[in-house]
Amino acid sequence: MTAFILRRLLQSLIVLLAMIVIVFFGVHVVGDPIWLLVSPDLTQDQIAEVARQLGLDRPIWEQFAVFLGNALHGDLGISFVHGQPAMKLILERMPATMELALFALVLALVIGLPLGLYAGLRPERASSRAIMAASILGFSLPTFWVGLMLIMVFAVILGWLPSTGRGPTIAVLGIETSLLSLKGLSHALLPAINLALLKVSLVIRLTRAGVREVLPLDFIKFARAKGLSETRIVLVHLLRNILIPVVTVIGLEFGSLVAFSVVTESIFAWPGMGKLLLDSIQRVDRPVIVAYVMLIVVLFVVINLIVDLLYCLLDPRVRLQDQAS
Amino acid sequence: MRMTVFSDFGRRPLWRGIAVILVMMASGFGIDRLAAQDLRIAVSSEPSSFDPHFHNLTPNNQIMRHAFEPLIFADESQNLSPGLATGWQLVDDLTWEFKLRPGVKFHDGSTFSADDVIASFERVPNVPRSPSPFTSYVKGRMLEKIDDLTLRIKTAAPDPLMLNNIAQVMIVSKAAARAPTEDFNSGKAAIGTGPYRFNAFVPGDRVVLDRFDEYWGGKPHWLRVTLKPISSNPARVAALLAGDTDVIEAVPTTDAQRLKADKNLIVASALSNRVIYFHLDQYRDVTPFIRAKDGSEIKNPLRDVRVRQALSKAINRPAMVERVMEGEAVPASQLLPDSYPGTSKNLKPVALDVAGARKLLSEAGYPNGFKMVMHGPNGRYTNDTKIIEAAAQMFARIGIEASVETLPPAPFFSRASSGNNGHPEFSFILVGWSAGTGEPSDSLRTLLGTFDREKGTGAANRGRYSNPQFDAILANALRTVDDKKRAALLAEATDLAMNDVGLIPIHYQFNTWAARKGYALVARSDEYTLATSVKPAP
Repeated sequence: MTAFILRRLLQSLIVLLAMIVIVFFGVHVVGDPIWLLVSPDLTQDQIAEVARQLGLDRPIWEQFAVFLGNALHGDLGISFVHGQPAMKLILERMPATMELALFALVLALVIGLPLGLYAGLRPERASSRAIMAASILGFSLPTFWVGLMLIMVFAVILGWLPSTGRGPTIAVLGIETSLLSLKGLSHALLPAINLALLKVSLVIRLTRAGVREVLPLDFIKFARAKGLSETRIVLVHLLRNILIPVVTVIGLEFGSLVAFSVVTESIFAWPGMGKLLLDSIQRVDRPVIVAYVMLIVVLFVVINLIVDLLYCLLDPRVRLQDQAS
Repeated sequence: MRMTVFSDFGRRPLWRGIAVILVMMASGFGIDRLAAQDLRIAVSSEPSSFDPHFHNLTPNNQIMRHAFEPLIFADESQNLSPGLATGWQLVDDLTWEFKLRPGVKFHDGSTFSADDVIASFERVPNVPRSPSPFTSYVKGRMLEKIDDLTLRIKTAAPDPLMLNNIAQVMIVSKAAARAPTEDFNSGKAAIGTGPYRFNAFVPGDRVVLDRFDEYWGGKPHWLRVTLKPISSNPARVAALLAGDTDVIEAVPTTDAQRLKADKNLIVASALSNRVIYFHLDQYRDVTPFIRAKDGSEIKNPLRDVRVRQALSKAINRPAMVERVMEGEAVPASQLLPDSYPGTSKNLKPVALDVAGARKLLSEAGYPNGFKMVMHGPNGRYTNDTKIIEAAAQMFARIGIEASVETLPPAPFFSRASSGNNGHPEFSFILVGWSAGTGEPSDSLRTLLGTFDREKGTGAANRGRYSNPQFDAILANALRTVDDKKRAALLAEATDLAMNDVGLIPIHYQFNTWAARKGYALVARSDEYTLATSVKPAP
């Protein structure tokens, strides 16, 4: 198992390096950030001076070498726009994104699992068909549109929930979270629903498929024959078996919730790192973009590892081994 | 109808619980903020810092103007008036003397004096990694303290733009002048003399300012001001409609009419100092994005003034303003509206004249027109893509087959500025320009002056228009200290360049704000959103 983890980490390092190269040079192709940074009334010499200070006057391969050298010492560069270390900017905004993703994940499971179970156990009912139809909508509606509609209905027309922004935060173990107060939750609810919508549909469909697959299997029949209660069959025997694919997918989806909360964050003016990424891409703030991508790669690697380890717990038959060993 | 849907509303404990929560939430929004003197403003982009010398950019500058002040103020129409300096005079051609305002307190309780001004001016060129420094406003200006409240500024050459330029330099306490940008962001060094003082700066989320009770200029109205960035246009409007914010800036043109009709809102707009214009390639014999209709290479037609005139005459500016901008702009004849000093009073927006344009094209040797690709940013200026598309259709009427390519601002400005080995890549581009100093000398020097690194002219002249006569008049204007004479020279230079069609102005944008009922707004020409421009309605 240790060998498995070590080898996995080594592979991840290669992926990380590849991503850095692609993003670093990819961003360079987008354009020279200097023209969006400087006030347009500066003279040529003044513009050149800014470029020199930011290191943008050097050839791109040289900039890359400098970046790699610094990265080895844990310095991922300084934002062109903010003049602050890129990683610091991202980490400052990480709790906001994490709490939103977590809230969305909980919503996805709390809403998706029961609905999926129901649709799987009673597939013929009209309500089950309605759930499945709704899940298709959940998949296909664009996030930005749903977000705006949520704001229009619940904030503008009904006035029940605040339209944008993050509520007041409370520090718990040094991490600021807005999920522990009623006002904070009211701010988080709409963006979390918006972010969760796609995942709810995903969980519903996964759960339903799992239920349909597992239900006819022998061990369920055996449990029935043994006279176990239906509740016990569903909640223990059935659920445990369908959780494996759900955990895999949800694990990976958590990564994507964090990485791609960009749209939701920008519509709901949620001060998370997704909005920072969007702003940084628009301004070609390369240090922030590269640091962000590195962080996300690491996040996915860690999540994958956790998912693999969870497998072991959920299904004792799984042994973590590489094909090679 | 809601009653029938929730017919058991209030009877079941769960529903009752939810109802209680909702009422509690709703009551949170119902606080009378007007009476509590608590103002919430939604801005369209977030500031990158709380350091007033770090980043010369509207989203930063407007927030800095709450906590810090310059020697000279620019009002909502950019007229200059005394700020931290009460008066000034020219001692000789190269020396200005400023009398400083007595009895001004900094937020930390210290007293403002000439030392703070000198320390601030010294700080400006030395802010590390400033992405857009304020250096040009202090460069070549030597400060000398005469006494605590008298200051002289010496220059090597006559300096007519002294007042306009130092109006952009914020004064910080000398105690903060050596502090790094981080200390301003954390509030530690954010010590100014402005009407509002630093309370909190949470990047990406909010800036919170508190009233400075010892402000010299009369008590500011709001006890607390919170500025939140909401970059998505519809979300910003929704926040106002939902009552989550009191004031929004940058009202999208598509919503302006609707908001004006809403009885619960007020809308205020002012003609801005921002002109939207086309820059035309005039430096290459063959320009890459213009071809004959059969696709063969032709000489660059944009170097012929008749072709440039024809293109300008083909644009129906009133229709552009009415249809594309939904009335939120006025047709432009030059780089700044002619209410500003230094503008030409002779110029009128070029009128639509299709027959005249066709005739000019024929005379220039293009009776059948040509093919052209127009470029522009998408999402940088209000309705930028729609403006280019509309213009392309207008050009079709004079036989020019124009197609449109818009790019995100980053690649657009990069390629439009230096995509061709350090020179502009495109042939015909849409750009906008805002004259921050409230007069046209920077605009003329940067957009129409001959591209010359030594002289520092033409840095943003992406058409590379070049006219020695224009350069000479402008250089003369930039040496002329007498306001009237300088204004006349700037107007003369403007006349020359516009008759030459050095670029094609389209319209001046409106800056538009909206607020909830009960508030009164003063709209500003410089795009700045300031808490001091918002008052309770009388």
